[in-house]
Parts: sequence; C-alpha cells; structure tokens
Amino acid sequence: MSADTDPIIVMRDVHKWFGEFHVLRGIDLDVRRSEKVVICGPSGSGKSTLIRCINGLEDYQRGEIVVDGIPLDGDVKHLDAVRREVGMVFQQFNLFPHLTVLENLILAPMYVKHMPRREAEELAMQLLERVKIPEQAHKYPGQLSGGQQQRVAIARALCMRPKIMLFDEPTSALDPEMVKEVLDVMIELAEEGMTMVVVTHEMGFARSVADTMVFMDQGEIVEKAPPSEFFTNPRSERTKLFLSQILHH
Amino acid sequence: MAEAVRPRPSEVLPPVTERIGPLAWLRHNLFSTWYDTLLTLVVLWLLYVTLVPFFEWAVLNATLSGESKDDCAPGGACWALIRVRFGQYMFGLYPDSERWRVVLAFAILVAAMVPLFLPRMKRRIAWAVALILWYPPVAYVLFAGGWFGLEPVETANWGGLFLTLVIAGVGITTSLPLGILLALGRRSEMPTVRAVCIVFIEVVRGVPLVTVLFMASVMLPLFLPPGVTIDKLLRALVGVSLFASAYMAEVVRGGLQAIPKGQYEAAMALGLSYWQMMRLVVLPQALRLVIPGIVNTFIGLFKDTSLVTIIGLYDLLGMARLITTDPAWLGRHAESYLFAAFGFWVFCFAMSRYSMYVEKVLAAGRERR
Repeated sequence: MSADTDPIIVMRDVHKWFGEFHVLRGIDLDVRRSEKVVICGPSGSGKSTLIRCINGLEDYQRGEIVVDGIPLDGDVKHLDAVRREVGMVFQQFNLFPHLTVLENLILAPMYVKHMPRREAEELAMQLLERVKIPEQAHKYPGQLSGGQQQRVAIARALCMRPKIMLFDEPTSALDPEMVKEVLDVMIELAEEGMTMVVVTHEMGFARSVADTMVFMDQGEIVEKAPPSEFFTNPRSERTKLFLSQILHH
Repeated sequence: MAEAVRPRPSEVLPPVTERIGPLAWLRHNLFSTWYDTLLTLVVLWLLYVTLVPFFEWAVLNATLSGESKDDCAPGGACWALIRVRFGQYMFGLYPDSERWRVVLAFAILVAAMVPLFLPRMKRRIAWAVALILWYPPVAYVLFAGGWFGLEPVETANWGGLFLTLVIAGVGITTSLPLGILLALGRRSEMPTVRAVCIVFIEVVRGVPLVTVLFMASVMLPLFLPPGVTIDKLLRALVGVSLFASAYMAEVVRGGLQAIPKGQYEAAMALGLSYWQMMRLVVLPQALRLVIPGIVNTFIGLFKDTSLVTIIGLYDLLGMARLITTDPAWLGRHAESYLFAAFGFWVFCFAMSRYSMYVEKVLAAGRERR
C-alpha cells in the first residue's frame, strides 16, 4: 500500500457505553492522510463521542482504534503519543482565560515539547498571522469576539504541529456573522493538506471541502460517501430525511 | 414612550441644597421616619455611655510609665504594664541578649517579601516558592541557635508574638500546598488516594483543634519508645498544619469544582500531563477564585494559634495571661488582653487587605472572562 491509501486513523468495530446507554454501536472508519472527513447527524447520534475517541478524551469498551500506527489501548504512553499527533478544536473554544493569547499558544510547545520560549513565541506569531489576528497576541481571550477566540483555538492546536486536526462543531457556538471567518481558516488548512475530521452542520463547507461525508444516527455510521453522491443521491432513508431537515429551512 | 420620560410635577427634585450636603444626608439616612429617629437616638446614647468612659479610662486617666500596679492612677488604664513587659509580649522568655536574632530573622523575611508587593504576578509566584524553600532553614538556625556559635535557645522559651508568628507562618505555608494536594486527591480517580484524602479531611475537620493539640502533646509520647521525645513545639506545628490543611483542602476543592470540564479537556488534548494541567491551567484559575476563602482560613489559623496555650506554649495571648499573674501587676487583665487583641487584629487586618490587593491586581490583569 502506498502512503496515500494507507489510513492514518483506523477504527474497527468500536463500541462505547455511557452506563446503560450504547452510544457507539460498532463504528468502522478509516481516514487516509490528507483526507477531509465531515461527520454529520442528528444530536445524540454519537458524532462528538466518535471524534473524542480519536484523541482519547473518551475511552471505548470494545473494538480498536489506531492513530498513525499507535494503538489507543489504554496505555498512557500511547495516549500521550497520539495526543501529540492530534490537535482538537472545541465547540466552546476552551481557551485558557487566565493566559494571554500568546501564552495560550506557547504553553503546550514549551511544556510538552520543551521548545525554548523564543522559538515557541516565533511559531505562535506565525500561526496567529495565519489565522489573521497577530495584533491580538497580548490580549486575554475574554477580550476577543467568539470568532477570534475560535481562530486562536485553531492556532493553539496547530502549535503542536499535529498531523490530524479534529473539529467538534467549531462554529456552533458562534454568532452567525462570525462563522465565515472560522470556516475560511479551516478551508485554508484543508487546502494545505491537513488531515481533518470535522463534526459540523455547515453543509456548504462540507460540500466544498469534504472528501468523504459520514452520516451518523443512533451510534451507527449510516452512510459514508463522497459529497457529490451524498448530497445528490443519498441511499438511506434516514440520510434523506436528515438532509431534507437541515437543507430546507 | 416620550410621555413616560418627562417627569410629572411630583417627581421634580427639590433644589440642590436640599438634596445634597451633610444636613440632607442626615435627614435622609438618620431621621427620615419616626422610628429611624428613635433608633438613631438610642444608638447615639449607647455610643455615649460606652465610648466616653472607655476614652476616659484608656486615654485621659491612663498611666504610661511606672514600675508596678501601685504607680498606676485609679480609674485609668495602666499602659505602663505593656511598656515594662513589652519584650515578653514580643519574645516570651527568649533570652534578652539573643533577641536580636529573632529581629534579624524577621527583618530578613520582610526584606525578602518586598518583591511580593510589586505588581508582577508571574515572578511573584516563583519568588514566593523560592522563599518558602530557603527561608525556614535560615530562620530556624537564627531562632534555635546551636550553629555558627549562636547560643542554643530551647523552643520552650520561645513565646509571645514571635511564637504566634512562627506557628502561624509554618501553618500558613504548609497548609496551602498540603490542602491543594488533599483537594486534588479527593477528586482523584484512584480509589485509594481518594479514600485516604476523604478520611483525613473528614476526621480532622470533625474534631476540635484543641483535641488535636492535646493528642499531639499527651497521647503521642505514650506511643513513642521511652527516651524518644519530640519537641513540644514541633508537635504543635504538625498539629496546626494538618488541621489547617484539611480546611484548606475544602476551600481549594470549591475552586476546582468551578473550573469547566472544557479546560481539562483542552489541556489534555494539547498533550499536557496531569500535573502540568493542574499547575498551568486548572490551579491558577481555581486558586484565584477562592482567594477570599484561602485568606479566611489563614486568618482563622492565625487566631487558632492561641490554643497552643493548653499544651504549655506561651503565644501572644498566653503571654498576655501569664503576665497578669505577676504579683506586681495583679488585676491588670484588661490592658494585657487588649494589647494581645490589638496584636492579633493588626496581622489579621493586614492579611485581609493584602488579599484584597491581590484580587484587585488579578482583576486588572484581565478585564473580563
């Protein structure tokens, strides 16, 4: 197999229970290097849980997940190794409010990768340029708009030079006028060849960026197809229903 | 809408002179109704019957110098007592010729603490941590002697405000880190760690400090092999520190619970280890939230140090009582206790003001969350 087809994320028959509740029911998913996967589905379908399993924020009870050759098998060393490779952006930004934007960015490079402060700051400023808010470096997160905070959060994740970026509904907590500035950054990132797994309801973004659309319902992957097929000719009734609900309003 | 904005005649305010100024203030706040007037008069009368005699006793009829109670004028405070015994209030039975060592040690501490009052928080924490590491050995050598030709002074002779500050200082500097560890342990996912922390916190909080001190002083020697003794002061220090750390743990836990789960998740997703996450992300936010509670515990601890009297150590309050048993000053309780109370108040008030200052500095650092 060439590097291109060799999957960087492998999920095999992954099951997860929250107590009695069976959240993930046998997930099989492969993500290739540079592939952009967009996951959609009704709330409670398990899509957030799925991507949180990829960097070990959630554990799972059955099956197997391997990220860039490292199995997530409960071994703490493996977990740490996977988290160095995988960046994550959250719905609620989760910036550290007691640190400035710059300090938010340099924290992990300095303490996890032991990068010298000056080097970390240079890297951070480069990334802030990339998300187009270098002038906010010395402000605190609470002084920024939601869109700016989310772009800082993306830059913070990129500071660890991850191979994979996970986005958990990155625009759902934003005011409508700020959605575009965040999506633009994500589109740019996609064009640079980042491997991305995105949970989102932004179907315009999905249509233009995704290589693969995944539709989840009740803990299962119902449909998996390239966007051209997924939007024009969905096979499953559940997908059709979901698409009609979110596209026609 | 415009209708509502225009004031109706009854709402037109009276002329400025009737609205502001001391007379208007008095009328508005003290005499606005008949029962306000009555309350005001009663309070004024109470103040008159208590403060005037106190002022006469404490200031007008007070005696400032003298060698015994016989030199003091009747009906007035005998501050001469404080003056004559000032050294004992400060140092207890610490030998006169060696008191400079205590003064020197505190002077070093004050000098070393100056940077803590400069408004740059990051350096401040690093400095405080360094101070906690190097200062205790220095202070111990100066206080106890025995090294560098310093004459040894037994801890039994330590006393007065000096002893109060030693116990409170040790209690404060050990209870915060211990309390943080206990709070983290109580929220740990490891069942054994959690159980140990919960049991410790609940047992220690469930008994009075007097009991802890009494156990440390009377019971502990029973369990030690004969001939082995642990210094009485050391036992008191351990008792006070453990006691305070149990309270501190609950204060800190309150702060930890206020930190959203997303902060932990973001830190973990970035690859920070558990201790890095706590030290860099969670605790700085959690501790900031509970500064008032932490200082509250410190102040309580400071005053609790006076309980060491029951195991035969003479802190500021114990010294104040001991001095009144001197036949030369018999019966002069009020002066002695008032002076002790003043001593406690000065330090507690200073801590309270400092905490307000720290909160203000931190709040200025970020205008809003």
